[in-house]
Amino acid sequence: MTASSSAEAATAALSPAPRRSRETLIAAIAFLLFAALPPVASAMNDTFLVFFAIRVMVFAIAAVSLSLILGFGALVSFGHAAYLGLGAYSVAILAEHGYWDVTISLPVTLLVCGLFAAVTGAISLKTRGVYFIMITLAFGQMAYYTATSLSAYGGDDGLTMWGRTEIFGSSVLGDRTTFYYVVLGVLLLSYVVARMIVASRFGRVLQGAKQSEMRLRAIGIDPYWYRLVAYVIAGMMAGLAGALLANAAEFVSPAYMSWHRSGELIVMVVLGGLGSLAGSIVGAATFLVLEEVLAHFTEHWRLIFGPLLVLVVLFGKGGLTAMLGGGRKNG
Amino acid sequence: MADPILQLQDLTKAYGALKVTDHVSLDVLPGEIHAVIGPNGAGKTTLIGQISGSLRPDGGSIRFAGEDVTHLPMHARARAGLARSFQITEILPAFTARENVALALQAKQGHSFRFLRNVSRDRDLNERALACLAELGLSQRADLPAGILSHGEKRALELAIAMACEPKLLLLDEPMAGTGREETDRLVEVLGQLKGRYAMLLVEHDMSAVFALADRISVLVYGQIIETGTPEQIRASAKVREAYLGEEAA
Repeated sequence: MTASSSAEAATAALSPAPRRSRETLIAAIAFLLFAALPPVASAMNDTFLVFFAIRVMVFAIAAVSLSLILGFGALVSFGHAAYLGLGAYSVAILAEHGYWDVTISLPVTLLVCGLFAAVTGAISLKTRGVYFIMITLAFGQMAYYTATSLSAYGGDDGLTMWGRTEIFGSSVLGDRTTFYYVVLGVLLLSYVVARMIVASRFGRVLQGAKQSEMRLRAIGIDPYWYRLVAYVIAGMMAGLAGALLANAAEFVSPAYMSWHRSGELIVMVVLGGLGSLAGSIVGAATFLVLEEVLAHFTEHWRLIFGPLLVLVVLFGKGGLTAMLGGGRKNG
Repeated sequence: MADPILQLQDLTKAYGALKVTDHVSLDVLPGEIHAVIGPNGAGKTTLIGQISGSLRPDGGSIRFAGEDVTHLPMHARARAGLARSFQITEILPAFTARENVALALQAKQGHSFRFLRNVSRDRDLNERALACLAELGLSQRADLPAGILSHGEKRALELAIAMACEPKLLLLDEPMAGTGREETDRLVEVLGQLKGRYAMLLVEHDMSAVFALADRISVLVYGQIIETGTPEQIRASAKVREAYLGEEAA
């Protein structure tokens, strides 16, 4: 460690409260912007903006969930999009059979994603490092190919939902603005829950295991079960994002769970800064906005997008939130 | 005589044809400092690994606090009261010194599947962590990230973490390794103060530290214990001098 970075770490540690409040500040700004968007969009008569913001919030939920295990547990899951897909398919398949109500689809979504995470996590977490990346990728692809072969539910072509999830028999989600605020509410809830977990005893174990597994064992903690529970929580949270995604598009497709998607989720988290939950929201928004804007200019937008990401990762250590001064390591 | 807190019986471990632990039997009595010395390659690290639970012995048994722990994993042995320091310090660098100790205290209080309360506002945990740090002269460093502490301070922090576990036995793997003369003297002083409070198994290269602290010394050469006795007996032993001390003098 160089002298200057030690000094930085020292000053940072001497002022944990300001750092915490910066994380809160970034989150507060993000949520205020989201909350203020629908009236502004309707004044501008811009319906696309609302659709786009819904998409951003859905991916922000998935990014926050990945951030929990990647940023605070160093578990580089390369199959996180599988949960988006599982959540989406749970809702769409239930709808196909006439079960539209949230009282059924929500528990089923959480159960399906939680089970998939528990089983695949129990196996994946026996491995470390690159092997963990590869095995989560493999499970993700397994889910993807299973979806493509579901011919009864559209197979490769995906499945259209003729409506949205109902809430206690009422189709209030059909209203765009209502749906928008429900998504915002779920994002807020996900963020608050994730932040609470990080600051708890459980969160401290998770972050400790990331730094030294040996140290944790030496004080009597087996990190395995803590990682598994974190993995299941993250999977269920991403499943929730998937359920919202299906409702937003009124359509599901295997593409939701392709490995590209999993990679994009990782990029969102890294872009926002590892170890910052608000950062993951900023990261998801930045990613999707850049993608949208660059794709507008040229069809070769990836040629610009790729190097841009590399630059942020190389020079903006700690991601966008650190550049804004809000990156933090724990608590 | 009190029952030993740790008892190794006929412990064996081989890597291929090489016997790194060759029928080792030794015990540590309550409140005693038992030192294991031996030249490089004698099998000290392998022995520590088997006692702490990171390595599995091929044969023999390990009894700790009246229980057979031979097949228990490391974290279960830690929970039974076996705390250790590492040859290369093993701390959580991004956590503050206080958080490092608080995590050990937290582990002592049962499972950590607690999601609701903010642990950094747990006053009881914070105060007790600070008390542990104060005992090792680290109270001024409590809220610095452990990663930026000096080498000697990290050593002391490891001890504070171990003490927070309220162990029945401290397993110290070369605590003086890589420390300067002054820091070594200070660590010897600290360990001397802790003597009697915890039983300790001290594996150490630094002879002056070993002879200053140990009640009994076992000499390990090529995986075998060739002699166990008081520092005076070890100093006087012809076998030890031939196998070990003589080699250093030569």
